Order: sequence, then structure tokens, then C-alpha cells
Amino acid sequence: MWAAFLVAPLLLFLLFSFAAPIARMLWRGIEDTEVGPVLPRTIAALADWDGRELPPEAAFAALVEDLRAGRTAGTLGVAAGRLNHDVAGFRTLLVATGRRVAGPFEGSAKDAVLRADPAWGQVESWGAIVRARGPLTDFFVLNALDLRRDAAGGIGQLPPDSRIFRIVFLRTFWIAGLTTVIALVLAYPLAALLAQLSARAAGLMMIAVLLPLWTGLMVRTAAWMALLAREGVVNSALVGVGIFDEPQTLLFNRFAVLVAMVHILLPFMVLPLYAVMRQIPPSLWRASESLGAGFVPSFLRVWLPQTMPGIGAGCLMVFIQALGFYITPALLGGGNDQLLSYFIGFYANQTVNWGLASALALLLLVSTLMIVGLYGKLVGFSAVRTT
Amino acid sequence: MNLRNTLAGALMAALGLASAADARDLTIVSWGGAYQDAQREVYFRPFQQQTGIRVLEESWDGGIGVLRAKMQSGSNNWDLVQVESEELLLGCEEGLFEKLDFSRFGGRDHFLPAAVHDCGVGTILYNFVLAWDRDKYQGTPTWQDFFAPDRIPGKRGLRRGVKTALEFALLGDGVPREDVYKLLATDAGVDRAFRVLDRIKPHIVWWQASAQAPQILGSGEVLMTSAPNGRITTANRTEQRNFGIQWQGSLFTIDSWVIMKGSPNLDPAYKFLAFAADPRVQARLLPLIPYGGPARGANEGLTPELLAVSPTNPANLEVSLQIDDQFWLDNLDKLNTRFNAWLAR
Repeated sequence: MWAAFLVAPLLLFLLFSFAAPIARMLWRGIEDTEVGPVLPRTIAALADWDGRELPPEAAFAALVEDLRAGRTAGTLGVAAGRLNHDVAGFRTLLVATGRRVAGPFEGSAKDAVLRADPAWGQVESWGAIVRARGPLTDFFVLNALDLRRDAAGGIGQLPPDSRIFRIVFLRTFWIAGLTTVIALVLAYPLAALLAQLSARAAGLMMIAVLLPLWTGLMVRTAAWMALLAREGVVNSALVGVGIFDEPQTLLFNRFAVLVAMVHILLPFMVLPLYAVMRQIPPSLWRASESLGAGFVPSFLRVWLPQTMPGIGAGCLMVFIQALGFYITPALLGGGNDQLLSYFIGFYANQTVNWGLASALALLLLVSTLMIVGLYGKLVGFSAVRTT
Repeated sequence: MNLRNTLAGALMAALGLASAADARDLTIVSWGGAYQDAQREVYFRPFQQQTGIRVLEESWDGGIGVLRAKMQSGSNNWDLVQVESEELLLGCEEGLFEKLDFSRFGGRDHFLPAAVHDCGVGTILYNFVLAWDRDKYQGTPTWQDFFAPDRIPGKRGLRRGVKTALEFALLGDGVPREDVYKLLATDAGVDRAFRVLDRIKPHIVWWQASAQAPQILGSGEVLMTSAPNGRITTANRTEQRNFGIQWQGSLFTIDSWVIMKGSPNLDPAYKFLAFAADPRVQARLLPLIPYGGPARGANEGLTPELLAVSPTNPANLEVSLQIDDQFWLDNLDKLNTRFNAWLAR
């Protein structure tokens, strides 16, 4: 009872500084409130439109009214920005049309709008408005899966030169997986060695393992840039001992990304493995050998099964952290080595397409949770031991 | 006026603060860092000394959303703001800025045509140039050479992003400067730009932060790279590098001063613009930080060393192309997706 009060400050802190902002941000991936308040009459007039042919005169008249009101209120820019995320050039289309129909005109609204810009004669221009009517939308989530709805509401693929995110998702999981496997292969013998040493020697080695963990991520990434550069330490060593005739390209490619990610995440693999291995009584191995099993059967049937909880915990920690890596691939990778977080950052900061950034983050979070869930199903969390 | 503003106004009046709030100091907002330090030296301090008008400085990181929020909250406390060309276009469209009366600070002809806009007047002009290390390559490469790795072997640096990459590609394919955006407005032109990029794809090292451009050049990672001119000149000045700048086919953009709509400090703001429009004053920025003053005559009397690195030196400006912000506002989303799909192939 009292314990609940003691952790209350922490819970409140987490709620307001962590959970609530993240939830708000993710919500942006499915809400769509930028166009609705600016073009309310147009959206109402398009409510019964089937999206196959141009909408009726009433929709054109409503658009003129909305544009005039939006121009006066100065709100057109926000709506134009949102529609431009969907159809390139919509920003100019909306703002310029608003300017051209601001004054009185002869004839029907339809003629006037089409005179202002012939792009209004395309069904897809109106489809973009319908897609953005809000308040909720699947536009961003579909976009994050390289899909989109046409004006009539059917879901289809984006054109081939616009498909990018499925590749990026696969790439993110592939690089995270590779990092995990390499880290496991490197960390397993190291942890086993540590577990055999005397407490004093193990403590010293442990400091060597932990030291990188206490160094900033940026510092370690920058250090790899210096090491792997064309005129860097590694290249001069390789050329110096005669392995290569001239410096190799070690930086700005997948190799550099993997090396640095493995280095940065290695302690998270070593620690749980070491913790588990320390608790396996050495007598078990001796018993196995004295009963006639050789090295390989002893390892496979006695040692390895008992280290499984450590392997599971280490892989889970490394894999999930690797999924979210941003700065290391950004600084060490090439154009083809950027992970999903790079694109989330790009859309949040560069094109201010927060909806798409949030939808990508949402999909990353969901797929991460699915992996954790799958792990729980297959291995069980009770088997995860880190101490 | 909405309810909250009304209440706030009533409260202020009741406390007798309304007049004090109106009389706040002229607030000037710029990019901060080494750049604003230089501006303080060249503009803000001398202006205060000469006119006795107190200047309050702030800094910001840009973003039209910040300006929108300021105006919508009804509590805007900024007067003069330095904005990038994109914010100038958007904010002027949305009515966030005052329309400028150029007759109060020298008239439109006092400035380079590219620096004059209904809502803003240029404060600095800077370029994305082709830079190379003279210690490693003795010639003077052009964009055609940049996109011909057979002619001059070696890695090339480009900013990881579609903006500027497509323009450079077309220039490298021999397209005249004035036709670049005309071509990019067509699908065929965009296809052509990507085909040119294909030629050097395996040879490209992509940089992201501006500071990386001189760094990969200095470390020998690339033989030549696109780069902001300021970073290259600064590296030459402070790190004793021997980097060359190719102005031919460089892309320039302009930051502008705007006055926020409804500013109570219109008069001092115009006085500042008049002070800052003086070409002799603008010329003093160049030795501190290599951005060009856009007033006509800002390059007169400069030493040859300064002229060589000045973006508004007519010899440099005539061979550059202004980045078309309207084009990028419309097409960045679409072309960037295509660019990333191209990178992933």
C-alpha cells in the first residue's frame, strides 16, 4: 500500500513526460484535422460524391466560399500543406485558386474554378480533399505501407517509384537481426570466459566490457568515423602491413554501420549471458564429461540449454534497441543504410509531415510489440533472466 | 479578438501595464550561434550606438509553424525576424508579415532583384557550391566533371536529399542554368536528372549535416563535394585548408528580414532596415562570416581575397542559380519519396 505512494512520483513523471507525449504523437498518425476546419462546406458538399466523375456545381460553389473564408482568416496555408503531402503541387493549386476566385466572377462557380486552374478538372484533386476530410484517417498508415486509396475509396499500390517504406521496414529488421546475431557470436565465448575467471579477474574484464557503455553514443560513433576514414587508423594499418595496396572504403556503407552497432550494443548481450553463466555450477560440466560425453555433446545438451534464458534476454535487448537506431546509421551509413527512424526524423523535421512520421512510428512500435509478444509466446518471460 | 485576448487585455489595462507592453524594445530574432555573434558586431551594436534605439535579441531555429503559433496566440513579441526563403513565401501568403514599404529604406532598386520581396528584404545570400581539395586535385572541376567519374576518378560528396541534387545533376548534364527548373517541372526532366545521378551512384558519399561536407573533403573520403560556401571558406580560414570553390553552377538562396504583422515597433524596425541596408555596413560581415550582403555596392572596395569568397560578388553571382522555393514547396514530398526509392534500389 505504502509502496504505491512511494512510486507515485515516478509514475506521474513517466505518465506526463513519456507516455502522454508519445500517445499524443502516435495519435497524429490516424487523425486528420488540418483540412476539415478550412474547407468545411466543400467536404459537406462532397459527402455523397462517388469519386468517379467530377463533383456537382454545388461542390465548386462551396469550394469558392471556403477559399474566400480561408483567405481572409489566413488558414489556407495549413490546409494546403496537408493536401500537398498527398498530391504534389496542391499547395500552389489551393493558394493560387484562392487568390483568383477572391473577387466576383461571371458565370458558374465551376467555370470560374476551372478557369483559375484546370487541375480542378481532375478527379484526384477532389479525391485528395475527401481523403483529408478527417477527423480520423487511414491515409498516413496506408502511405507508410506504400498503399493509398483512390478517389472512389478502393485501396491500391503506390506507383513503383514511390514505394519505399516496405523496403525500409525489411532493411531495418534485417540490419537489427544481423547486429543481434553478430553480437551473440562475439559475446557468447566472451561471457563464457568471464564466467570461468576468478571474481577479481572477471571484475577487471567486466570493466573493459562496461567502459564503452559509459561512453556517449555520439562519442563512440564519432570515434568509428575517425577509425574507418580513408586516411584513418584502420586503413593506414591495413596498407602499412601490406594487406591492401591502397586505402579501402570502410566508411559510409553497411559494413561501418554493422561494426559500430555491434560495438555499441555488445555490452547488452554480454551482461545477461554472463549473469546466467555465472550461476551454472561448474560441476555439471565435469559430471557430463565424467559420464562419457565429449565436448560437443556436453556443450549442446548440458551447457547451452542452461544459457538459453541469457541468450533470449540478450537477443531481445539488442534487437529492440537496434530497431530504433538513428544517429549511428545516419553518420556512418550510405544512402541505402538508413533505418526507419531516419525516415521518421525526416518527415517530422524536413517536410513537416507529422502524420506520416507518426504512422511510421506507430507501425514500428506495433511490430516491435509483436516481436516481444512472439518471444513471450515462444520462450516465455519467466525464462528471461538478467541477474 | 477572442475571449482570452480580451480578458488578458482587460487585465493588463487594469494593472496599468498596457502601455508598458506596447513600449517593449525592438525585438530582433536571428539564427543564433556564430552567425548572430557576427550580426551583433556588424549590425545590432552599431545600430544601438548610432540611433539610441534599444535592441532586444532572440534566436530561433526556423519553421513556419513557430511563426504561425506566435500570431495565432495573439501574444507575438517579435518584431524583426530573419527567415529562410521558404518561410518568407509561406508567411507572406498567410499574412503573417507586414508588407514592406521599400521607400523607407532605400527603395527596391537599392538591392539585388532576387533580394526584394513584398514581405521581406534580403539580409544574406549564400550558395551551395562545388568544392574540392586543391592539394589533391590541381585543376578546376565543373559539375560536368563531377558527374563524369571516368574523366576524374574519385568519390563525390552530395547532400543526402533530393533538393539541390536534381539541380546539380541537370547542370552536370549540360543544361543551361535558366532551363533547370523548367525541365524539373516535367516528368522527362526529373527522369533525366535521376539518370545523371545513376552515373555516379556507386561513387557518391552522402553527407547530411553541413559540417560533414568540409570534413569528408578534408579526410580524403571524397575528391570533390557539394557544400555550403560558408563552411568551405571557414575551413580554409580556421583549419588552414586549401579547398577550392567553383561558383559556376552553384545554387544560391537568400535569408530575409521580415516584420511581424501588427508589430508595435514599425518605426524602429524600419530604422533598423535602413541601417542594415547600407552597403558599407553589409560589407563588414564578410570578414567575420562568409555570407554575401544583398545591397547593391556591398562588394565595392573589398580586397581580392574577400571578393573571391563573396557570394554577392557579381562575378560569382552571375554564374549561380537561385533555388526555386515555389518549385520545392510543391514538389518536395513527391520527389523526396522518389529519391529515397532510388537510393534503396
